[in-house]
Amino acid sequence: MIRSQKTRTALGNTIIHIILGIMSFIWLIPIGFLLLASFRKEAGAYTSYILPKGYTLDNYTKLFTETSLFNYPRWFLNTLFVAVVSCIVTTILVLLTAYALSRMRFRLRRPLMNFIMVLGMFPGFMSMIAVYHILKAFGLTQSLWALILVYSGGAAMGYYIAKGFFDTIPKSIDESAMLDGATKSQIFWKITLPLSKPVVIYTVLTSFIAPWVDFIFVSVIMKDNYQNYTIALGLYQMISRENIYQYFTRFCAGAVLIAIPITILFIYMQKYYVSGITGGSVKG
Amino acid sequence: MKKKRSLLTRLSESISGFFSHFINGDGITKASYVVMGLGCLLRKQLVRGFCYLLIQVLFIWYMLSTGINNIIGLKTLGVNAQGQVWDEVNQIYRYTKGDNSMLMLLFGVLAVFVVIGFLFIYAASVKNAYENEQLLKVNKTPSDFNADVKRMFNEKFHVTILTPPILMVFLFTLLPLVFMILIAFTNFDKNHQPPGNLFTWVGLENFSAALYNDPVKSHTFLSLFIWTLVWAVFATFLNYIFGMILAIMINKKGIRLKKFWRTIFVTTIAVPQFVSLMLMSKLLHDQGAINVLFKNLGWIEDFIPFLSDPFLAKVTVIVVNLWVGMPYTMLITSGILMNIPADLYESARIDGAGPVTQFLKITMPYMLFVTTPYLITQFIGNINNFNVIYLLSGGGPLSLNYFQAGNTDLLVTWLYKLTVNEQNYSMASTIGIIIFIICSFFTLVVFNKTSSAQKEEEFQ
Repeated sequence: MIRSQKTRTALGNTIIHIILGIMSFIWLIPIGFLLLASFRKEAGAYTSYILPKGYTLDNYTKLFTETSLFNYPRWFLNTLFVAVVSCIVTTILVLLTAYALSRMRFRLRRPLMNFIMVLGMFPGFMSMIAVYHILKAFGLTQSLWALILVYSGGAAMGYYIAKGFFDTIPKSIDESAMLDGATKSQIFWKITLPLSKPVVIYTVLTSFIAPWVDFIFVSVIMKDNYQNYTIALGLYQMISRENIYQYFTRFCAGAVLIAIPITILFIYMQKYYVSGITGGSVKG
Repeated sequence: MKKKRSLLTRLSESISGFFSHFINGDGITKASYVVMGLGCLLRKQLVRGFCYLLIQVLFIWYMLSTGINNIIGLKTLGVNAQGQVWDEVNQIYRYTKGDNSMLMLLFGVLAVFVVIGFLFIYAASVKNAYENEQLLKVNKTPSDFNADVKRMFNEKFHVTILTPPILMVFLFTLLPLVFMILIAFTNFDKNHQPPGNLFTWVGLENFSAALYNDPVKSHTFLSLFIWTLVWAVFATFLNYIFGMILAIMINKKGIRLKKFWRTIFVTTIAVPQFVSLMLMSKLLHDQGAINVLFKNLGWIEDFIPFLSDPFLAKVTVIVVNLWVGMPYTMLITSGILMNIPADLYESARIDGAGPVTQFLKITMPYMLFVTTPYLITQFIGNINNFNVIYLLSGGGPLSLNYFQAGNTDLLVTWLYKLTVNEQNYSMASTIGIIIFIICSFFTLVVFNKTSSAQKEEEFQ
């Protein structure tokens, strides 16, 4: 009796191992295809065979040498610049908002939170045309600063996760500091922030990654200013209808190059990501 | 409900205070109703008083120079279109400067916001003057500038730290949004592009066109609306259930290399979506790698129209979305799954329940209880899931029965297409407002349900 149960669980585990193996394979197909295509010698997006006929590193080197039409290094620096600045601004705005809404009690707190929730329910890019014209009024269109303003402009609206974290820090710490004569500002800088490393890291990383993967706002703001494109929009151009045949393999190479750092960052921050999402959701 | 009333009563209190302070105040207080900041300047709050005065001067200057015109402009949104005049001397056409409806609307909205903001500051200054008078009556001095600054970093710290974020939200979210909401009540489309042509108010015409009046548009709207809901339901719940099963499989006792499996699935979502999804769309193309593979294996004769057949395309996007979404659910539910008390399963096993019964009777209710808010956000997120549809199928295959939309277009991707390809801004804004109504409806319904559920006994 016991023995048959044992063999049954062993059989069950083997089946699960096999299922996991097959699923991993399916899940990795696109990534494998991406890698293969990035080393493929022959051009073209659609081939009548799966494995490339020849392998080459040209797709990678040409990204950096043939820059007249698609200036990959320039796009890379653009994106890096936008990512760094907007991640600093976003982090500051998010942490300030979250701290105020979590720790301070003031009359407009509830109305403000409800108001932000309602604002958040409108589709984000519904207003992008208006944003474009506001930027135009500032004389900022087609510049990288415009992009930074767009990415960090609505930052305060994503305060939930940081607020959820601040809520978990015991209030008694604040109170004892206050008894010692600390001001609210000192409490924030000297006590709350050092205790909130995980959520600071999470905010920094998510806001750093955003400019690398967005191409909607960039395309609206940059229009045809190729020099100021970011990686995502630039790569998107490579596989437009007229370019795809010639540039598909190079697109794959460019995609691999940015996917690697982002993947590493994401794997590194996954535990913060999870605690952020579930921490907020369990409390509602 | 209670919250709302208290906000209203507060508002009415401050309005009645505004008048009673004028009646009860002395000469200086009464004078500060005309010259802002007088009640501060004459009562030892020099810096504050100067700020109020400066604001008033700036406001009057702004209103006289452009503000009033901007607000009046809102009524008509411009009457003179840009025209051409033949210049006899130079033998060329010259453009005459006309009105630009869009800028007029934008600056008009801005002017309205400025007026509202000014009224708040005005009310505050008047209240301040009255309070100073009362303080002096009981021989207390109003707080000076240094004390004010100190308060900004202590009791009033929230004002200091919320001002920059809220200003940004105002400028880059609220102002554009109000602008676009107003656009929904105009006829701003391809044929009414300023400055060449002007647009004007049309009331609810766009809404009636989208909902019933215009046969093509309303048909498109209804079909896409139904598909959006179908998509959101499938995308949310299939991902949820299958992702959870994946998590259970990986976490099961006796499964080896747990970390390895988890990393593989996490890697697939770590790759930027625009890369993986665009690649998928190439793989699933009629001549794409998957069709080639199947053909080489001899499984099929002709290619499978994964993304070019209206019905199959819908199935494909839902299935590919499983590929995108399952690892997310796995990642998020893993931790919660491990929190389910083990003795629940133990006793279930003793009662003879199999894995399926255990899943349906223990795991699902527990998870649903804990993750309902997550499910709502997912559902709303899927209604607005632009990336998957746009990058994968581009909304296609196109349909001639639809107004500028394809078979797999969601309302959001339709909105995007109307804006970017068609410049039919008024229609796009109308759709945006309708999406907002749908989303807030679901949120309200579910939040009411969960808040009542939370009052019940805790699970178990």
